[in-house]
Amino acid sequence: MNFELLIQLIINGLIVGLLYGVVAMCFVLVYKSTQVVNFAQGEFLLIGAWVCWAFLIYAELPFIVGFFLTLFFMAGFGVLLQMIVLRPMIGEPIISVIMITIGLSMFFQSLMKWIFGVDPQSYPQVFETQSFEIYGLNVEVAYLMSTGIALLIMVAFFLFFKYSKHGLAMRATAFDQQVAQSLGISVKSVFAMSWGIAATVSATAGIVIGLVNGVSDSLSVMGIKVFPAVILGGLDSIIGAIVGGLIIGVLENVAEFFDSQYFHIGNMYDIAPFYVLLIILWFKPYGLFGTKDIERI
Amino acid sequence: MSQVAVKKETAKPLLSVNNVEVVYDEVIQVLRGVSLDVPEGEIVTLLGPNGAGKSTTLKAISGLLKTEKGEVTRGDITFMGERIDRKNAEDVVRSGMFQVMEGRRIIEDMTSLENLKLGAYTRNDKHINQDIEMVYNYFPRLKERTGLAGYLSGGEQQMLAIGRALMARPKMICLDEPSMGLSPLLVKEVFEIIGKINRDQGITMLLVEQNANYAIKAADYGYIMESGKIVLDGTKEQLLSNEDVKEFYLGGGNEERKSFKNLKSYKRRKRWL
Ligand SMILES: Nc1ncnc2c1ncn2[C@@H]1O[C@H](COP(=O)(O)OP(=O)(O)O)[C@@H](O)[C@H]1O
Ligand SMILES: [Mg+2]
Repeated sequence: MNFELLIQLIINGLIVGLLYGVVAMCFVLVYKSTQVVNFAQGEFLLIGAWVCWAFLIYAELPFIVGFFLTLFFMAGFGVLLQMIVLRPMIGEPIISVIMITIGLSMFFQSLMKWIFGVDPQSYPQVFETQSFEIYGLNVEVAYLMSTGIALLIMVAFFLFFKYSKHGLAMRATAFDQQVAQSLGISVKSVFAMSWGIAATVSATAGIVIGLVNGVSDSLSVMGIKVFPAVILGGLDSIIGAIVGGLIIGVLENVAEFFDSQYFHIGNMYDIAPFYVLLIILWFKPYGLFGTKDIERI
Repeated sequence: MSQVAVKKETAKPLLSVNNVEVVYDEVIQVLRGVSLDVPEGEIVTLLGPNGAGKSTTLKAISGLLKTEKGEVTRGDITFMGERIDRKNAEDVVRSGMFQVMEGRRIIEDMTSLENLKLGAYTRNDKHINQDIEMVYNYFPRLKERTGLAGYLSGGEQQMLAIGRALMARPKMICLDEPSMGLSPLLVKEVFEIIGKINRDQGITMLLVEQNANYAIKAADYGYIMESGKIVLDGTKEQLLSNEDVKEFYLGGGNEERKSFKNLKSYKRRKRWL
């Protein structure tokens, strides 16, 4: 057995898993505060990565500038999307809202193809060095940055929800909208804010992946990958989303390892997380960290 | 006390509810022309049996009816000289009116400190930490209980709900059945603190209660509501000495005449005519 490869794959899994965790957190945030299952989550990554790419290639902005402009753009985009498309759907049956987000997902995928074409594109060289060595270990700068950003986002989430006024207001709204209103919290702005945050943070993940793999349709697949992660963690738990993301990240890599070494079934990378999901839900129907009854669809 | 009473004669009431009708789901009429005044600095109590429409009255005042598909279809509500019956809940809170809802409704998956901070959500000044200390002074027990608010006892939760209201620095607080589900000893304690807050902070209070005994004693003035109407009102002394109030609300009395409706001696009052 090739232990070195296995360890390398597990580390890869953790790095990618952290990004899954970040995207899953956004999904949970939207679900908890607005009760919307957002099937267009993956498209936030796709749009963010394309917009940033356009800033860098067409406007020829430095990476940092393009990156922050993209974040501003995505914050506004998320807020407007909520206000224009989802606000009128408040109080409508869950299934109708789900249809809307599935529709949004298809619409934005096609829109991106229409604007940027169907070919994958790569980002310009952002880092001068690609990798360096610590204690004989080869460390890729891009992965280091990805891990750093993912951890930073998680810490920021924690601080925001624990200490900031708006974070507390969002939690209060998630707990009980009527109580939130009685405290003077505008539920409307909380809804818009949670979509803005989800879009911005997901776009960050999209850009990070874009830097490594280039921008292509496959980014929106993250939206689907995130399902096993959030369902594993329990739809309403942010911690669960992170743990779920890490599990899925490691799992797909380990499954790939055993498949390529022994079983040769093929495609395990994509399928394995869903098998594990089935098994876990068998024993823990609300996910590992979930609490509330979640309507089965 | 006497100072306040003098003020009452001259000034316009802080809160004035005029002939308000409320309908839920566009068909269920719950309030049928409710009028009441709350003068500045006083405690006014609104009493009545379960289902009379007390909570509905408070929700009409605080703009929370919309969250339950309710609507003020007639009449008006003025607070500090401004119409608030068409305002949404956030704006009513910002105008200085805070409601402690029935059942306390604290946020159970947060700590008491986080609940208190949320009370100050509409504020932007620098004195929030100072006010947290002030709340701890009224309710020292809250400071010791650092865990999730969901694990607090009923009495502690009620104290937290009142403390959270204080954090908003409101001009007026509407309290919906603060004594609900509390032991007699705690009821006494909660009412004492309500009176103390009213005296210390000058916060005007509208106190909804089923526990008439304590409520009337704590209040300056009282209204009694049945089936969506005010059927009687008076000062503390008038209510305490009223034979019917004694009979129906302060214990004693016979079983048949449970309501003012069955009482021939009661003449309907139309305060707004
Ligand atoms: N959201 C609602 N929708 C329909 N009817 C309601 C609603 N809330 C209260 N009611 C009805 O209005 C009446 C008065 O209720 P409420 O104001 O809660 O009374 P109280 O607080 O005096 O016990 C009751 O008959 C109750 O069933
Ligand atoms: Mg009530």
